Amino acid sequence: MSAPLDLPKWADTVLVPAISVVAAFLVAGLVVLAIGENPLTATRYLLQGSLGTGEGLGFTLFYMTDFIFVGLAVAVAYHAGLFNIGGEGQATLAGLGIALVLNNLTFLPGFLLIPLGILGAAAFGAAWAAVPGYLQAKRGSHIVITTIMFNWLASVLIVYLLVNVLREPQSMNPETRAFPEQSYIPFMHDVFAAFGVEIPTSQLNLTLVLALAASYFVWLLIYRSRLGYAIRVVGSNPTAAVYAGISPARIIIIAMVLSGALAGGLAVNELMGYQHRLLLEFTSGYGFVGIAVALMGRAHPVGIILASLLFGILYQGGAELAFEQPAITRDMVVVIGGIIILFAGALDGLFRRAVAHLFARQKLARA
Amino acid sequence: MDLGILVTVLDSALRLSIPLLAACLAGLWSERSGVVDIGLEGKMLVAAFASAAGAYVFGSAWTGLLVGIAASVVIGLVHGFASISQRGNQIVSGVAINMLAAGLTAIVGNAWYGQGGRTPPLEGDQRFGGVLFGHSALVYVVLLAVPVTWFVLGHTRFGLRLRAVGENPAAVDTAGISVTGLRYTAVIIAGVLCGLAGAYLSVGQAAGFLPNMTAGRGFIALAALIFAKWRAWPALGACFLFGLLDASANQLQGLSLPGIGEVPVQAIQALPYLMTVILLAGVIGKAIPPRAAGVPYVKER
Repeated sequence: MSAPLDLPKWADTVLVPAISVVAAFLVAGLVVLAIGENPLTATRYLLQGSLGTGEGLGFTLFYMTDFIFVGLAVAVAYHAGLFNIGGEGQATLAGLGIALVLNNLTFLPGFLLIPLGILGAAAFGAAWAAVPGYLQAKRGSHIVITTIMFNWLASVLIVYLLVNVLREPQSMNPETRAFPEQSYIPFMHDVFAAFGVEIPTSQLNLTLVLALAASYFVWLLIYRSRLGYAIRVVGSNPTAAVYAGISPARIIIIAMVLSGALAGGLAVNELMGYQHRLLLEFTSGYGFVGIAVALMGRAHPVGIILASLLFGILYQGGAELAFEQPAITRDMVVVIGGIIILFAGALDGLFRRAVAHLFARQKLARA
Repeated sequence: MDLGILVTVLDSALRLSIPLLAACLAGLWSERSGVVDIGLEGKMLVAAFASAAGAYVFGSAWTGLLVGIAASVVIGLVHGFASISQRGNQIVSGVAINMLAAGLTAIVGNAWYGQGGRTPPLEGDQRFGGVLFGHSALVYVVLLAVPVTWFVLGHTRFGLRLRAVGENPAAVDTAGISVTGLRYTAVIIAGVLCGLAGAYLSVGQAAGFLPNMTAGRGFIALAALIFAKWRAWPALGACFLFGLLDASANQLQGLSLPGIGEVPVQAIQALPYLMTVILLAGVIGKAIPPRAAGVPYVKER
């Protein structure tokens, strides 16, 4: 876009994102100061609450699982040059897929039902992403606008279904009946207990393993496969892709399908791993956090895992912090997410130029 | 449906369409100059909070409005700085602004008033009262913004330049006119209009701020903007249509239509989003955005 910036690779992939995150935390610290609290005390509560206890760590890793999935979802689309902000809607529909599979196939044993539930999530999430993908590829409708509209359509649809169709007749709450017990993804503390190891009780479940496997899969796909190469070519230069015999339309649809399926992982962790029923607003805005995670992690699976850990710490620590210092509610995490998106995404060039400037001066001094 | 109900529905449709219209016109100004703005929702929310807090502190709705506009313009300038000066990704910046607004209004509101993010209830002069046909002055200001937008954009030299900057900034630059200046002007105008929208919500329609009170109106306004194909009078039509849908959703609840059966409220709520997707897909007509919208302008190329 602007003049090419000569940066060593480590500075480009590690230093610049790190600087933008530090800057984001400084701004967040200013917000904390502005409402009359001490940012250092707040940070201590935050870290203590998220990493200081075994239970806290469990919750941190639980949130991390959510963020890995939505971060990967945004990243895969991003590599194809698409900005999928429909993670919320795709995860919502994935939740519907889970509920339909689990509550209709109650007779199946767990080792069949769990994979089918996960497949249901992936299929419904993928389908909800495929439509905007198709419209972008074939009709040229802007993916950002259509995914926004699909988020709202999903939230309206799920309210309708939970209130009028899927709700249990006796229940007042807009939620489905509980899933069959054999479909629960085992809690980590139960898994460890089976091996005779006692760890603190938390919502953390085996979906974390699935999230890490998905990260490895995405790495293989994007950086080590022919399809991933095609995705990256379409993302960086669609015209060149056509000359290389790659159909951008096909790749766009495939990337969106994969993206939506990955977003479905959020529903797997929240519903099959913890809530054990479909309920309203279980996505809690995590789909948007996925954007922050992907931008911060440079759309690379390793970066996404690290960024997800950071946001896991923020969400769990933020809950503890809100308990200790009621003035700092959990909305603080949303603020930090917003600032990180702004700094690591939109104002990226600002830090990049500053760093490039610094390196150039160093080079001059050495010469 | 008798006449009384019809008047009630049309009246509430007007009320519901005003914030949509102000935000939609904001988007129109911004995008016509080439700056894509999906942060309408966030700016409205910040303005709603700031104007409610301002009206409460100063005891005047009008002062509240000014505070709201100022806050919205500041947020708009952040978006402008990222998208115009830093040539950052305008979509990313918009997403960031929406998140920032949702978090900041809740956290500051809670820290200041300790009522779960709400501002204290406004009464008397702290609110906009009805001045004509039971509607507040803000309603007429926003309605007036339609012909003003139409005239300025379509029939003045400034408007021509602003539109040109959204279609072909290089040509405007060659003519010796500042692309940056025009885009910043558009972003500020968008901020003012979002300020009106937010103030209308918290100081006109309601009596105080509630967390997340915009509830997606910024995105409906975005849909209306596409529906109106980035033009002022059609924007009025689209916003009124969406307002009418919203108003009739309540009336139609539980009503049975022949051949269809009972219409769920959610089906009506989904219509604006669904219609926008269909329009964007080019099934009925084609919505073509300003050509340079979303593209940062780089002089040296």
